[in-house]
Amino acid sequence: MRITNRHLIGWLGASPLMLILLAFLVAPIVMIVIVSFWGATEFSIYPDFQFDNYAFLFGSPVTYKVFFATFKYAVITWALTLAIGFTVAYFLAFHVRSQSVQIALFLLCTIPFWTSNIIRMISWIPFLGRNGIANQTLISWGVIDQPLEWLLYSDFSVILAFVHLYTLFMVVPIFNTMMRIDKSLIEAAYDNGATGLQTLWHVIIPLTKPGIMIGTIFVVTLVMGDFITVRFMSGSQKANVGRLISNDIALLQYPSAAATAVVLLCTVLLVIAILLRFVNIRKEL
Amino acid sequence: MSKMRYSRRSILKTGAAAAAASAFPAPMIWAQENKNIVLRQFGTGVSNLNEVATKVKEDLGITLEMTALDSDSVTQRAATQPDSFDIADIEYWICKKVWPTGNLQAMDTAKIKNYDKIVGIFRDGKLTPESEIAQGTAPHTVGFVEGQGSKTFASEETGWMTLIPTIYNADTLGIRPDLIGRPIESWAELLNPEFKGKASILDISSIGIMDMAMVCEAMGEIQYADKGNMTREEIDKTIGIFTEAKKNGQFRAFWKTFDESVNLMASGEVVIQSMWSPAITAVKSRGIECVYQPLKEGYRSWGGGIGLSKSLEGAKLDAAYDYINWYLDGWVGGFLMRQGYYSAVPETSKNYMSENEWGYWFEGKEATGDITNPFGDVLAKAGETRDGGSFEERMGAVACWNAVMDENQYMVRKWNEFIAS
Repeated sequence: MRITNRHLIGWLGASPLMLILLAFLVAPIVMIVIVSFWGATEFSIYPDFQFDNYAFLFGSPVTYKVFFATFKYAVITWALTLAIGFTVAYFLAFHVRSQSVQIALFLLCTIPFWTSNIIRMISWIPFLGRNGIANQTLISWGVIDQPLEWLLYSDFSVILAFVHLYTLFMVVPIFNTMMRIDKSLIEAAYDNGATGLQTLWHVIIPLTKPGIMIGTIFVVTLVMGDFITVRFMSGSQKANVGRLISNDIALLQYPSAAATAVVLLCTVLLVIAILLRFVNIRKEL
Repeated sequence: MSKMRYSRRSILKTGAAAAAASAFPAPMIWAQENKNIVLRQFGTGVSNLNEVATKVKEDLGITLEMTALDSDSVTQRAATQPDSFDIADIEYWICKKVWPTGNLQAMDTAKIKNYDKIVGIFRDGKLTPESEIAQGTAPHTVGFVEGQGSKTFASEETGWMTLIPTIYNADTLGIRPDLIGRPIESWAELLNPEFKGKASILDISSIGIMDMAMVCEAMGEIQYADKGNMTREEIDKTIGIFTEAKKNGQFRAFWKTFDESVNLMASGEVVIQSMWSPAITAVKSRGIECVYQPLKEGYRSWGGGIGLSKSLEGAKLDAAYDYINWYLDGWVGGFLMRQGYYSAVPETSKNYMSENEWGYWFEGKEATGDITNPFGDVLAKAGETRDGGSFEERMGAVACWNAVMDENQYMVRKWNEFIAS
């Protein structure tokens, strides 16, 4: 009797969250999976069970190229945000002694996030353009004679925008875990004769892994799901999977968009599953 | 607090106005029995203008509720939600798709006061008796049906119209003459390696494919039987040529919205691209040289019109006819022509334009004074002429009309690949 009661209360306690997740997470995903098997005419979609959408998706060489491009963006952005994010967090956590300065500097990092990310992204365009500030400055310094074309509407500008937009998502979790590292561990390492680099590699990095992993998941999922940054920063010249989906939606090809979304979802889940094999986030938090 | 004061004052104001109006009824040209009529109109942004709604309220008393959507959504809505609108403001190629669904009703031309004055393009397809009919979905081919309730298009004028033409224009490439420095005469120049990394095309499949076709034909690569209705092989070949060019870095960017096209051109990122007439105007109004270049192969043209929902009846239907007659009476025409578009009944628009404006916009004459758009921005100074010249020169050189193909879905998928490749 008591056991059933406890079960019941447990279920009741969890039910609000469960209902919200069911309604706003599980149901839409189920719907997307269902629609991915539907058929489409030019202006409507009709219930069906066909594999046309998947057949077209996997049958087109463009799909593989686009998935490859998506991974390329994710990996390069990840490496750069990790390097920058780790350095910033390290500086904040270990070099800044006073806590109030630490907090002030940390807040400084968040200032760009007070504007919308579309604005942060678009403001790069006049800067990097053919007649933009960057090119004009370089020409006036005599570094180059001709404006650099690859500064804008290229992979370079896409990745630049990604790094700019998402580095903070690395800084925050890494800074957070670094702050919890017991300082005496570092002192112990030095006392035992470890060099700065050895301490970093054998003490700090292993202890910061959960933070790195959380940051990685943020950055990788954000980049893999993005479509608007790629569209604006590449002037529609480059594509990732998100753009494939948004193009389909604009052309009212919902089933085909749903099929692409399902494949993307599986890919991202797979990536995260692999990442989680390396670090058990729950245990380390 | 200030908000309350404002609302109290505005109540007083409207109250006083109502009292004044009832005490001194002003002479009205238009019948005012439409006071309580609300018509829901939806369409693409081009002609969904608030100024029109304000003016129609003033003249006819009809309240026009406007919704602006992109052309794909417009098509979808007209085809699937007939009860969500009273008036559909759509393009002719959309009409070709939507009419067979039976969601629109034919209009009795006997009730259209200025029907006889509508330009030939929308009646027998000929601007002048000698003109040849262009490829694509020419408006007159989907402009008439045999009678009320008929779902197939008639080949000639029947007295039952599908859409009343409202707005149309001839599109071509926009160029930056100051950055190109030599005359541009052909569509083929879009893929000229000279402009590598400085060209652009619009990323809207239904229109983009037509611009591509104009280019491929001008290059002598493909001869189309009908650019408006390509075969799969023609689609593959057309998109193949452009994919190749894209891989070679011909394009700086693709644009999807009006603003993007303006920015690409104004910043000098692009010197030649597909463009729309008001975008040229917007670049010019920043003081930057920009020409809507007439090309020897002709223009890609488009036209829109208003259609009536099949559920319209009684007083609302009468009001809709009043609205159409008012639309063709000239005020709207003048308003549109001052932005570079054409109206279906140009001669009535003339009454609402100055001689200088009419000469510049319609007759292709040199401006005798400043030419301004309806919002007061100066577009041209005395001595300048319109790119492409007069109405007859421009609309007489149409090579193809915007169209929807039988292989549309295939084309859309290929287009998506082109963008992603």
